[in-house]
Amino acid sequence: MFVNGVTLRNRGLPDSHRLSVYTGTGGYTALRKVLLDPMAPDQIIGEMKKSALRGRGGAGFPTGLKWSFMPKGVTGTKYLLCNADEGEPGTCKDRDIMRYEPHRLIEGMIVGAYAMGASTGYIFIRGEFVEPIRIVEAALEEAYAKGYLGENILGTGFSFDLHVYRGAGAYICGEETALMEALEGKKGQPRFKPPFPASYGLYGRPTTINNVETFASVPDIIAKGGEWFLNLGKPNNGGTKIFSVTGQVQKPGNYEVPMGLPFKDLLEMAGGLRPGRRLKAVIPGGTSTAMVAGATMMEVTMDYDAISKAGSALGAGSVIVMDDSVCIVKTVERIARFYMHESCGQCTPCREGMGWLWRVMHRLENGQGREEDLQLLLDVGARIEGRTICALADGGVAPVVSSIRLFREEYEYHIQHKRCLIRMGAV
Amino acid sequence: MLSEKSLAEIARERTKYPSDQARSALLAALRIAQEEHGYLSEALMDYVADLLGLPAIQVYEVATFYTMYDLKPVGRHKLCVCGSVSCFLNGSDAVLAHLSDRLGVGLGETTADGVFTLQEVECLGACKDAPMMQVDDRYYENLTPESLDALLAQLRGGSDDVR
Repeated sequence: MFVNGVTLRNRGLPDSHRLSVYTGTGGYTALRKVLLDPMAPDQIIGEMKKSALRGRGGAGFPTGLKWSFMPKGVTGTKYLLCNADEGEPGTCKDRDIMRYEPHRLIEGMIVGAYAMGASTGYIFIRGEFVEPIRIVEAALEEAYAKGYLGENILGTGFSFDLHVYRGAGAYICGEETALMEALEGKKGQPRFKPPFPASYGLYGRPTTINNVETFASVPDIIAKGGEWFLNLGKPNNGGTKIFSVTGQVQKPGNYEVPMGLPFKDLLEMAGGLRPGRRLKAVIPGGTSTAMVAGATMMEVTMDYDAISKAGSALGAGSVIVMDDSVCIVKTVERIARFYMHESCGQCTPCREGMGWLWRVMHRLENGQGREEDLQLLLDVGARIEGRTICALADGGVAPVVSSIRLFREEYEYHIQHKRCLIRMGAV
Repeated sequence: MLSEKSLAEIARERTKYPSDQARSALLAALRIAQEEHGYLSEALMDYVADLLGLPAIQVYEVATFYTMYDLKPVGRHKLCVCGSVSCFLNGSDAVLAHLSDRLGVGLGETTADGVFTLQEVECLGACKDAPMMQVDDRYYENLTPESLDALLAQLRGGSDDVR
């Protein structure tokens, strides 16, 4: 199987973050190819479309199509942004790409900037990621010194400036327009769409934004062809994808595997469950995606279409595994707390609703649940979904509603017996 | 209110953005100011506002929105324990209880000697190495009672290694 072969290919090499290691393993050949061969911007976007690469930040929007939305022939600055505000519980892949493969990200961004005519870019990295920030900043310095960034790149007349922007602590900045607000020095609160970033983005200028893993997939797609990448995965679900497998497995970690790998194989790669444990439930794409019963997951393949058929979403590929030692109510209460904490406060259904869901979950978990509480959670959830500017609130509703559907008897046990069905022991 | 070094750093940040977008340097300016003074007092926020030519309210709303800004004094080392789901599933509550017990403080409190502030935070993006916490600029992962005790001893000994 083709494992850890694209965005994490060099992870095991010493000093894999250095330019010399990256160029020594074929790095920056895609950049040379597009600038010196040369490839026309439309050709590059064509290869991206052929690859069927879909946005790795969670929404899964086709990257080539997104790139084609950037307006042509406009005067003034166009911006290219990288979303490195990784913070959805269960997601820890972009941090490793930045720590081990910063140049792959940078090269992907330069190729993208050339394809879309962007002259300035920012990599928005969450502020807590001090180590990745330092590594990416050092890599940018190396790339400038080598003439891959700045004025007149490789003597072709193409210029692109790229900077790191440090966040200051807010999950919501992973929402693309909130990120732009933060970059403008404001509170990170999402904007109404439309207008979309391609027409009105950073500073009101045409802007394209992609996730770290998305950009890091670009150099190989350009160097080896869109078809090559597509064939690694399956139709409409091209390429490989990093799955962050966390929770109750023996070898949690980032596994980059072909799209369409059966979940049970992924679980095995992650060391399987702890001895004597049975699979209870999985959150396949980060806490904003619906929980899936363990038995269902064992029959599912890991790609956008299959996970969506199973009633959830691939999200950012953040696979949270729960075994039979887990109290679902206690776990979902903890997840609900995250959304209460991270609501930006702009839309009433989210600002009030995320706290409401948590308070009801909290009293259920603490033996104060009422008969009507399950219906209340479902009602509140239904009144939140689709009524806010961004997707944060929908993401906060999903784990609550899906877990009630799957584990209703466990919720009812809490109400009737005033305690957990399963006592979670100290680990 | 800020040293030459901090001012130079803020000036360098401003060059990343168009000249009419000084506000883009605000998050960085607040971080740099906090690094020098330990926390953001109202006077310090007003100073940053003047420095960037912004109304003070624009500075206050940013300083109160983002979690990394401290509006009150904190200990020399902030222990930020992740309590989100992957860490929770791997015993983050036990990590918090252990630290609280060893330090004799509760959540959000600072030890009497001013060395440690204990906090629980949401996901820090290191879920595969749960449970984990951030101490100042560094992540500490796969925490155990033994590794926590060793770290506390090291920090108490005045090691600046974590900075």
